[in-house]
Amino acid sequence: MIKTDVVIVGAGPTGLFCAHQLGIIGLKCEIVDNLDKIGGQCIELYPDKPIYDIPAVPECTGEELTNNLIEQIKPFKFSFHLNDRVQELTNENDNWVVKTTNGKEFHTPNVVIAGGVGSFEPRKFPTKSAEKFDGTSVLYSIKDKTIFKDKSVAIFGGGDSALDWAIELSNTSKVSLIHRREEFRGAPSSVQKIKELSEKNIINLFTKYSIKDVKGNGSLEEVEIKSEEGESKILKADYVLGFFGLIMQLGPIAEWGLNLDKKAIPVNTENFETNKKGIFAIGDICTYPGKLKLILSGFHEGALAARGCFKYARPNEKYRFEFTTASNTIKDRLGVK
Amino acid sequence: MAKIKYIEHNGKEHIAEVQNGLTVMEGAVQNDIPGIDADCGGSMSCATCHVYVKEDWYNKLPKKEMGEDDMLDQAYEPNSNSRLSCQIMVSDDLDGLTVHMPEKQV
Repeated sequence: MIKTDVVIVGAGPTGLFCAHQLGIIGLKCEIVDNLDKIGGQCIELYPDKPIYDIPAVPECTGEELTNNLIEQIKPFKFSFHLNDRVQELTNENDNWVVKTTNGKEFHTPNVVIAGGVGSFEPRKFPTKSAEKFDGTSVLYSIKDKTIFKDKSVAIFGGGDSALDWAIELSNTSKVSLIHRREEFRGAPSSVQKIKELSEKNIINLFTKYSIKDVKGNGSLEEVEIKSEEGESKILKADYVLGFFGLIMQLGPIAEWGLNLDKKAIPVNTENFETNKKGIFAIGDICTYPGKLKLILSGFHEGALAARGCFKYARPNEKYRFEFTTASNTIKDRLGVK
Repeated sequence: MAKIKYIEHNGKEHIAEVQNGLTVMEGAVQNDIPGIDADCGGSMSCATCHVYVKEDWYNKLPKKEMGEDDMLDQAYEPNSNSRLSCQIMVSDDLDGLTVHMPEKQV
């Protein structure tokens, strides 16, 4: 069990800058994110795309922005809990008990939800029948590639994950690669390699096909694919892998008893607190009249939410506003002279 | 200004007058038309504003730019009539456009 002043849910730009503001005013925090890396949508969706509307930064990429934000909070030595997701939120004696999927538990007076549009999850097959094999023979990520040795594997998708795994697994498995159109979006060298392997009949390549059905008695036996014209083919398959990228799901946040407006959490604009005391929402996930889904708005929201957290983390102290240029206390916290 | 018809997967129709310069996605979101999520807000990063456009209109729309098809790979049940509605800019020429929403976006 970890005691802290604030738990931040989400390590995107908004969560990171809120952590900075908490550090500046002398509070501690722990940051939890479902992804395996820091940066949220900036890193997962557009690491290379330039952003032009960060104040005083004419142009930067999602990755550069993230790296700078990480650099900015370094002095505070906050802990990140990546690859983990906040699952449960319960109230105990004016404190929030925060439980994660990996079994971590935090006790804190404040939770700041900076969860973007929710947590990233793999996009699954639309086929109902795929659900009963989900996690056993219908998979969306690979943890142990040895299970595919000498098996028939049908891989769906046209991006790098699909291509890389098709190439890799073709060494030891019978691989079929199925994609809905003829163009692939993976690296040109991988696309070339796939074409070579297909010409040598090492990989069975099916373009302009998508999944129709998966079948099997107990264990998976075959997968049926269909073309847009309705023609279908049956492929033998012990495993079916889908690589369709990630989607964002609100997930457990929807179950914490917070007011929701569509997929967003209404907040007041004084301190970005939700309908629950000590639970704040900032960034894309919060909504209020005039809300703009801009990174700069997330920064502002994080700064105010941090002050809101102070009240509950230090009930006996009065918050004093200070400038970083003038305050020796803040300079101490930042480790600068 | 263009009158755009949005048809939900269950057949329910919505008609919205959308200003020039907005996208077909924004036309839906601003008029509270269900069936288009637009999680990323229109930056072509999420494929949750996916719509189907029948051939008569599909061929009249400005062509897809680089990246849209890559994103559509990740949409729910894409086909050759699929577009991302955040990439269709509304103009007078689009008056009467009809788009069909998929069963779901995610």
